[in-house]
Amino acid sequence: MKVLTLNFLTCAVKSCRTSADSFPLHPKDAELVSDDVELNPQLLVNLLPRIDWNALRTTATELGFPTLPEQPPTPEELQADEKMLQDLHKLLMETQISEGKLVCGACGHEYAVREGIANFLLPSHLV
Amino acid sequence: MAASSATPSALPSSSAADAVAKLAAASVTEVTAGGSSQADDPAEAYEREHVHGVYEAIAPHFSATRYKPWPAVASFLHAQPPGALGLDVGCGNGKYLGVNTDVFMLASDRSPSLIRLARERCGLTRPDAPAAGAVSDLLVADGLSLPFRERAADFAICVAVIHHLSTRQRRQDAIRQLLRCVDAPRGKVLVYVWALEQGTSRRGWDQGGEQDLLVPWVLKAQHQHQQQQQQQQPKKKKEKKSRQRQQDTTSAAKDQAPDEPAAPAAPADGGDVGGQGEGEGEKASAEPSGQAADPVFQRYYHLYRQGELEEDVLAAGGVVVESGYERDNWWVVAANGPATPPGQQQ
Ligand SMILES: [Zn+2]
Repeated sequence: MKVLTLNFLTCAVKSCRTSADSFPLHPKDAELVSDDVELNPQLLVNLLPRIDWNALRTTATELGFPTLPEQPPTPEELQADEKMLQDLHKLLMETQISEGKLVCGACGHEYAVREGIANFLLPSHLV
Repeated sequence: MAASSATPSALPSSSAADAVAKLAAASVTEVTAGGSSQADDPAEAYEREHVHGVYEAIAPHFSATRYKPWPAVASFLHAQPPGALGLDVGCGNGKYLGVNTDVFMLASDRSPSLIRLARERCGLTRPDAPAAGAVSDLLVADGLSLPFRERAADFAICVAVIHHLSTRQRRQDAIRQLLRCVDAPRGKVLVYVWALEQGTSRRGWDQGGEQDLLVPWVLKAQHQHQQQQQQQQPKKKKEKKSRQRQQDTTSAAKDQAPDEPAAPAAPADGGDVGGQGEGEGEKASAEPSGQAADPVFQRYYHLYRQGELEEDVLAAGGVVVESGYERDNWWVVAANGPATPPGQQQ
């Protein structure tokens, strides 16, 4: 599962939806792999407005990546900043969580990631 | 909310209609009781047997018949602006991933086996990911409990999925979930379902007919080996395979190959809506010699009558942007209605 994807995921438990603590989910015992993906600057620039920057900063820190700036770059800045493009591409598009867990900060439920696939099916008592 | 009109029918699948009538009654009680689905929801149990269990069991065979995108879906995807974030809920083997490589797709399915296949198909298991793998990601999730954050996406597609939910309440809830995950008011959701009105196909279903059916899938012998390999993978404990041996193979053969387009333009691949592949399925039923050994799985379908999908969108708090009919299927493009502030939806 790509780090980008984690930025769009929250806890699947209905009662967690109103809780700010359910996003982002926190990686636990995460094994990371890096894929070789061709850089697509336009895609990154266009996706930028969809990304929750604060959540991404949290995730980057939790995964051991260098701390991201407090404010997201503007699309123009990102477009012009080769290093920032490379860094974000590596973090968002190339880095995958292959094994581990994603933990909800509100209810504590742990979602398993195995062979790169996160499973959000809930046990019946949480549906 | 009116229960779906179940008209009496001579079709062999009337057992599905009976079952669904009971489920509808059960879910009415359930809703008055608390509004949220319960752990032992009979509708959920029914779908576990007649939808989820079946797809787990037939995943490789199913996937092998599914690779041609529906035209209406493909053009919806191509109409999205570069850099848009899209969801594909109930993505099956992921055949819509990579159709438009300028958008990023997050795809989910209830079936772990199909997600594994989709992942291989998109090259996500290879380090040199091809186009689809570079612009998509996959996860296992239930369409009624989606893990996407509110308003996360620019658009969503849900192709041949909602007709597998066995009560109207659940079908509307599924649409509500999709709407919750896309932007408001601009985010668009494309929903594609099997139509009751299939006058030009030889399945024999049409206006006024039974809407709740069990539709057989014949697992061809040559796919069973592949299937077993799939099932030998680790973590597949509670596989429920090949129960439900069909009692009436004649009707099974006749009804085979539904959701696929029978359109002349579609080659023998079988398109995809809903399930069975026209090519594969028809072949299966045309070879009586193989039939005795081929297990038959019964998948539940609710066939949508004209106008019903639009009604469900409205009931889910959405508005209809566009709708139409394509090769035995109804489709709708929906958006969030003005009266559904974020946070107030389920
Ligand atoms: Zn939670």
